Amino acid sequence: MDMIFGVPLPLLLGQLVLGLINGATYAILSLGLAVIFGMLKVINFAHGAQYMLGAFVAWMMASWLGLGFWYALILAPLVVGAGGIVLERVFLRHLYDKDHLFGLLFTFGFALVAEGLFRYHFGSTGQIYSNPIPGGMQLGFMFLPYYRIFIVGIALLICFGTWFVIERTKLGAYLRAATEDPVLVRAFGINVPLLITLTYGFGVALAALAGVIAAPIQNVSPLMGSHIIITVFAVVVIGGLNSIMGAIITGFALGLIEGLAKVFIPEMSNTVVFVIMAIVLLLRPAGLFGQEQ
Amino acid sequence: MFKNPRSILIGLVLIAIALAAPAFVYPVLLMKVLCFALFASAFNLLLGFAGILSFGHAMFFGSAAYVSAHTIKVLGWPTELGILAGGAIAAVLGLLVGLLCIRRKGIYMTMITLAFAQMLFFVFLSAPFTGGENGLQPVPRRAILGMIDISNDRVLYYVVLAIFLVGFGLIYRVIHSPFGQVLKAIRDNEPRAISLGYDVDRFKLIAFVLSAGLSGVAGATKAVIFQLASLTDVHWGMSGEVILMTLVGGIGSIFGPLLGAAFIVGMQNQLAGLGEWVLVVQGLIFMTLVMVLRTGIMGLLSDMSHRLSKFREQK
Repeated sequence: MDMIFGVPLPLLLGQLVLGLINGATYAILSLGLAVIFGMLKVINFAHGAQYMLGAFVAWMMASWLGLGFWYALILAPLVVGAGGIVLERVFLRHLYDKDHLFGLLFTFGFALVAEGLFRYHFGSTGQIYSNPIPGGMQLGFMFLPYYRIFIVGIALLICFGTWFVIERTKLGAYLRAATEDPVLVRAFGINVPLLITLTYGFGVALAALAGVIAAPIQNVSPLMGSHIIITVFAVVVIGGLNSIMGAIITGFALGLIEGLAKVFIPEMSNTVVFVIMAIVLLLRPAGLFGQEQ
Repeated sequence: MFKNPRSILIGLVLIAIALAAPAFVYPVLLMKVLCFALFASAFNLLLGFAGILSFGHAMFFGSAAYVSAHTIKVLGWPTELGILAGGAIAAVLGLLVGLLCIRRKGIYMTMITLAFAQMLFFVFLSAPFTGGENGLQPVPRRAILGMIDISNDRVLYYVVLAIFLVGFGLIYRVIHSPFGQVLKAIRDNEPRAISLGYDVDRFKLIAFVLSAGLSGVAGATKAVIFQLASLTDVHWGMSGEVILMTLVGGIGSIFGPLLGAAFIVGMQNQLAGLGEWVLVVQGLIFMTLVMVLRTGIMGLLSDMSHRLSKFREQK
């Protein structure tokens, strides 16, 4: 059997694929955080809860309404995103002129409520969501399930689609301008409050989409959101919130590094992201892609 | 020490209530309130007076709980040394984390503290000496200074009260010292404080270490009271709870965190049988306070007394 640094090749490649999948989730989530932060200047602590909601809405559609994965892939983000829009219109909107920490605390409160309600109703063990694309490829040195290829593909599509819209289209230009100077952009007759609402809805929908995609490969559990959100915060600190591309690259890279850590230093697989964060803070305090204002 | 006569009066009344309380309320519950009141006051020193929102204070509270539990139970140290060791380790940890997180500002600092706390949670989860999911227990209640027998809850209550008063007195002094004034200046206008020649990062770091050390003392004391140090103490939920206590009482008010701690501990005591609903209720309190009462109970009280005096003037 082929060995690399004393590790069997199939094991290494298997962990790298898993890492890439985790990285895809990190990338979509930190992308959403960055988009929301850019417009609202709010760190959306509810992001993990909304990711969990996405997975649960998909699960409910499947088990209560009989709607399959492909419906859920479109509908669940719309449903959760609409919820986000309501949250923004009714509550968050009134916090923009207050200290930024209140936005964080409010969304944290929302995350507690969501997690608490789902834990009460579903317990913490989790539900199983069946794989929509069973089977896989035998590559000779390893077995590659089709669904994993699909995840990486769709994550890349979402990430670069978002990047394209924000960096290369007129709507994106409005968004970037409104991020820089909302008052001036308003003076040009652009409805900035509506842009803000839609941005939050979009960011939340991204989180829900990540949840739907993750549902078939892990248990749909009320705890899945709070587990991942803190790691994503570390990803965001490493990459900086100012750069869309930075969020995407950092997300994928840290997923891969985590995968490598599982093979070579398994006792550090949970903490490696935080250690990298500490090193980045020492060497490049503003983050890899960020500029401090 | 206390220049404001009203503060003296409030302080004396509170101490009198605290001395008489065990006759009316279950002492263990009171000790829990005191522990969390110290924890929340230490946290408020950082949030309310230096303007730094830490979302990782559980790491100081919980590490100190583990350290004091380990030194007292396994190494056989006297109780008072165990508590001091817990506070000292938390202060050192505060120095390390503080050095890293003051390199960023505002919301990033919050995320960094949360991330480091999570890292420590995983370390404690897998470290051999913490007892994993079971925690470290039972921590023996060894006599303080070799003569005060704390196996009796009432006696221990007065010891905890003394620890609380020393810790709270220190925080009070720090806030009312020139050092505290500089902290407030940094909180309100950091560029101006820099232009006045203050080494802002050093002030922030000292505040961070003080807050971490005192949170550690609270956590170490908690381990002695409940004879237990567990993963709950280092979990992010604990960091959230201390924020909630401070927010309920009033961010930046001196007595607010005491009220907030009493309120939240009392509520948890009432809702103990309801399981996950505690989470929901806490979340709802967060959302409600942020929307309508950002100054907490103390803000509400001062607002009411303000209106009352206005009302009297009109008459």
